Amino acid sequence: MNKLVISCTVNGDATEFLAEPGDSLLDVLRDELALTGSKEGCGSGDCGACTVVLDGEMVCACLVLAPEAQGRHVATIEGVAEGSRLHPIQEKFLEHAALQCGFCTPGFIVATKNLLDRNPDPSESEVRYWLAGNLCRCTGYDKIVRAVLAAAAELRQEKAPV
Amino acid sequence: MNELSKFAPGKEFRVIGTSPVRPDGVDKVTGKAVYGTDFTVAGMLQGAILRSPHAHARIRGIDTRKAAALPGVKAVVTGVDFPDLESLVVSAGESSGDIIHISRTCMAHEKVLYAGHAVAAVAATSARLAREALALIVVDYEILPHVIDPEAALAADAPLLHDDVFTRGAEPKPDQPSNIAQQVALDRGDVTAALAGAAKVVGGRYTTEFVHQGYIEPHTCVAAWGADGQAQIWASSQGHFSIRSLTATVLGIAMADIRVHPLEIGGGFGGKTGIYLEPVAMLLSRQAGRPVRLAMTRAEVFEATGPAPGAVIELKIGANADGMLVGAEIDFVYNAGAYPGITVHSGLTCSIGHYKVANARIFGREVLTNRPPVKAYRAPSAPQITFAVESALDELARELGIDPLELRLKNAVRPGDPQMNGVPYGQIGYIECIEAAQAHPHWTAPLGPNEGRGVAGGFWGNYGGPSTAQVSLAEDGTVLVATGSPDIGGSRAAMAMMAAEALQLPYEAVRVIVADTASIGYSMVTGGSRTTFATGKAVIEAAEIVVAQLKARAAVMWSVSPAEVVWADGTATCLAEGKTDQRLTIRQIAARAPFSGGPISAQVGLNAAGYLPGFAVHICDVEVDPETGQVGVVRYTAVQDVGQAIHKSYVEGQIQGGAVQGIGWALNEAYSYDADGRMENAGFLDYRMPVASDLPMIETVMIEVPNPAHPYGVKGVGEAPIVPPLAAVANAVRAATGKRLTDLPLSPDRIYAAMQAT
Amino acid sequence: MASLAFHAPDSIADAIALLAADPSARPLAGGTDLIVQMRSGRSAPGAIVDLKRIRQLTGIRSHGTGFAIGAATPCTALKADTALVAAWPGVVEAANLIGSVQVRNRATITGNLCNASPAADSVPALIAASATCLIAGPKGEREVAVETIATGPGRTSLAPGEFVVEIRLPARAGGDAYLRSIPRTEMDIAVVGAGANLTIDADGTCAAARIAIGAAAPTALLVAAAGAALVGTRFDDAALERMADAVRAACRPIDDKRGTAKYRTAMAGVLARRVVAIARQRAG
Repeated sequence: MNKLVISCTVNGDATEFLAEPGDSLLDVLRDELALTGSKEGCGSGDCGACTVVLDGEMVCACLVLAPEAQGRHVATIEGVAEGSRLHPIQEKFLEHAALQCGFCTPGFIVATKNLLDRNPDPSESEVRYWLAGNLCRCTGYDKIVRAVLAAAAELRQEKAPV
Repeated sequence: MNELSKFAPGKEFRVIGTSPVRPDGVDKVTGKAVYGTDFTVAGMLQGAILRSPHAHARIRGIDTRKAAALPGVKAVVTGVDFPDLESLVVSAGESSGDIIHISRTCMAHEKVLYAGHAVAAVAATSARLAREALALIVVDYEILPHVIDPEAALAADAPLLHDDVFTRGAEPKPDQPSNIAQQVALDRGDVTAALAGAAKVVGGRYTTEFVHQGYIEPHTCVAAWGADGQAQIWASSQGHFSIRSLTATVLGIAMADIRVHPLEIGGGFGGKTGIYLEPVAMLLSRQAGRPVRLAMTRAEVFEATGPAPGAVIELKIGANADGMLVGAEIDFVYNAGAYPGITVHSGLTCSIGHYKVANARIFGREVLTNRPPVKAYRAPSAPQITFAVESALDELARELGIDPLELRLKNAVRPGDPQMNGVPYGQIGYIECIEAAQAHPHWTAPLGPNEGRGVAGGFWGNYGGPSTAQVSLAEDGTVLVATGSPDIGGSRAAMAMMAAEALQLPYEAVRVIVADTASIGYSMVTGGSRTTFATGKAVIEAAEIVVAQLKARAAVMWSVSPAEVVWADGTATCLAEGKTDQRLTIRQIAARAPFSGGPISAQVGLNAAGYLPGFAVHICDVEVDPETGQVGVVRYTAVQDVGQAIHKSYVEGQIQGGAVQGIGWALNEAYSYDADGRMENAGFLDYRMPVASDLPMIETVMIEVPNPAHPYGVKGVGEAPIVPPLAAVANAVRAATGKRLTDLPLSPDRIYAAMQAT
Repeated sequence: MASLAFHAPDSIADAIALLAADPSARPLAGGTDLIVQMRSGRSAPGAIVDLKRIRQLTGIRSHGTGFAIGAATPCTALKADTALVAAWPGVVEAANLIGSVQVRNRATITGNLCNASPAADSVPALIAASATCLIAGPKGEREVAVETIATGPGRTSLAPGEFVVEIRLPARAGGDAYLRSIPRTEMDIAVVGAGANLTIDADGTCAAARIAIGAAAPTALLVAAAGAALVGTRFDDAALERMADAVRAACRPIDDKRGTAKYRTAMAGVLARRVVAIARQRAG
């Protein structure tokens, strides 16, 4: 064993953990930090269920080695809601029935937030291509895309000058 | 069944047919929901499974000594640790299987029958150590010739998988074992004469490949088997009672000694109706004296769990000049993988069960090959054969110059027409679906360049079966519902809605859980599109008993007869003379329950009969690049008879999800094998399921022809939508290119080759 | 199992020393190939040398009249550089076809090049663009054409201890483009890919043309004969067909799970014509 001590920020909180060099960031989030909202569907970056935001850019946590997180900012699904107040994206996913089994949902919500943070008014096609790295096997994507577009509209409304 | 439990036509609903937010929703959008892969327990060890690299081999010996000696390894298990079992055919969700084969699927013993077959397992203090230990296990294999292709497996000199499999259903009973596990046949009327006299006969040979359910959550379980013989298993599945019974039977222990806790399930589609890991984790746990977790990688899910069978279908269908079908001859072979157990019978009943065809000869065979044993996948066995039949009907309509929907309408079954088994259909809605498709703007919308439109119908029989539900009142009158049916896509919301409807309460007053095997009575798997129908029926009946109890308690409180109490809007009203202004809310009655007769609750276990099949018609527009054969689905409409939709959005979601799985099956998904019989594409990169940018919105049309056998008219909805898409897409490609493609998937290179052929 | 070491040097010199010290050490940029290979057991390095903390290796700089793209620069960063997008839209597009957004936020074109997959999307575009790479190693620096890096599937011409520091693109000369054929719309490995870079005279005559193809041979190929077929023409149909013929003639593909050899060869011709059409518009 040759564990490394890694310091980083997770959902705004300074965090320190031990990791073996070959551990993925996803392993650490789930097994060391008990943040099991990020899911492992493939372990090879092909399903997006482990999508997290690393220094502002979304990545598959399974394709990041834990030591790479040293000094960086990690944002996960657990940080999307503000306390017990759901983020509008989460509200719209529920209202639009955008989840069935829900296993892919955290990845979709993190990816959606990363999209809407930079593009408040995406087209349907932009949404579909942005989310192409997130597999959903239940919904056929229809209600997910509708929820994302509705959340974008809601967020634009919130930000509009009164 | 009491009076209330019958469907009343024209009934006005208060909750049914709306789309409230699901009770488990907030946990699932915040990442808090605990799925099978998320569960941990104190003292837990990590397990790992060694799998065969060979498609077919005899195990001459396994040396586990080095692995067992590795510090940190706490248990090692191989096939010899599994008890010897007597042959016994047991129900395994939507299919059945011999318990010996189910045991061997969990862990090979004498032979490995597919690359990926489990041969040994270890439990260690870390996952890394467990994997290191696997590398120290030496398996002495005698490699045997293998067979991957189903038609090759039929040959007399094909490698034989089992020397104890004799074709079931063959007359006379064969005296030699073969790779043909089962055959089914139907012969009615005089097909030869009918086809000879037909104005048009179309024929063809259609093939489909192995496809996987593709749920995103890999299989995982945690098992803890105590020294007292009592065990607990935590797992996500489509049926925790199935996990209990199959695991107990494989291990030869009492079912009541295993308590299975259902965790949130990340998709199943039929693939999580059986067991793979649980008995292994149990044996490791017993040896180690600690809880053991086993989790599959994505590659293991592809290589070692049950996909849907591939198929080879040859058929001839004839019609008279008016387009009335006169005869059908269908010969189909389904590739079951390594062990028997698929429902070839469903292939037969779904083949032409949606049309009136007086003369038919259908012959189906289940063939064993060196691939993982197949499992149920959404409407198991129906999509493959429907692909062939609905493609042939498209050709027939072209040959006869008849509109393809019109052809289907002429021949479609109606209530009272005989099913394939001769029993008349009940209140089915195929005609309504076809008419709705004809009336839909999509059917007549103009097409762009290089675009083509296809249509296809299909159905799934659905199921009822055993379910248990409990409805109980908290002391403040709020309602708790417990069922034994795992919630795979929002069924807790549907259960709460049905309970609220029966109790005449708001949806929010009802809370629902999925109870573990020790906390509720037996319930069959969530599969066969049975849960909202069967478990829903149990919930409604339990809620109605609670209503009767509420009325009785109000009667006690008022000292009147229960007949003088009515229940409306969640409130008891007294009808007795002089007391007609008396009201008692559910809260008031619940608060006084200890003094009026005790706790208010009811448990109903039933075997739900009267389920009805679901019919669907799908319309698909594709655009085909004439230079590359690339296909894009540009518009898609799915019409389905859903009985009565309990939760409208979730029913739509089922239809959309099923349609897209079917589109994936049609266009890109397929197992690919190398010459050594190993899967080449055991990952989401090369097993190409549809991604968001591949698809348009999926328009849905819900036809509601209520099922009179369900209090709220429910028919199963989850499976029918995967049946028509294969042919709907192929028929659209035919329209766009002028070429009939008969082999799935319709990959660009195949379409290109067809377009190049003259 | 030998334990793995993780290093995150902040200088090229340290990186060279770390890589030279352990022949099994692997440089890590985006990790989207390496980490998958490590997990599947196809690669078992004794040490990982993370290049992302080396300032010179991240970001896009001007280099002479052209560009230098640091080896650890993720593909999505290419899209954000307006000068690069204006000069080399085909290269930027190729880099942004790889995987998904999540993957492209990590993956680099240097990694794409050095992974030496014949199907790497960015490589035909880079070859067409006459890109070079700067290699650092124990024996010093050297600059070579990108097409010399891959020598076969998974094999490179890099010596032990060497790694690519940056990929260099010349100043814009004309117009470039890249297209690939995949069964889905995203998240796929190219069944075949084609890149083109054209320079066109004021009168519309092709002054220079470089055509490269991917997934059609053990490495991405520069098809000189295809470019030659266009030079001096005004892209008449006969010239375009000679160009496509040359592309098809250069193909040495295999049948595999992703496509047949026959289809790959045919599509190489189709895609070559299409990328030439796009590049021509951009060059004009």
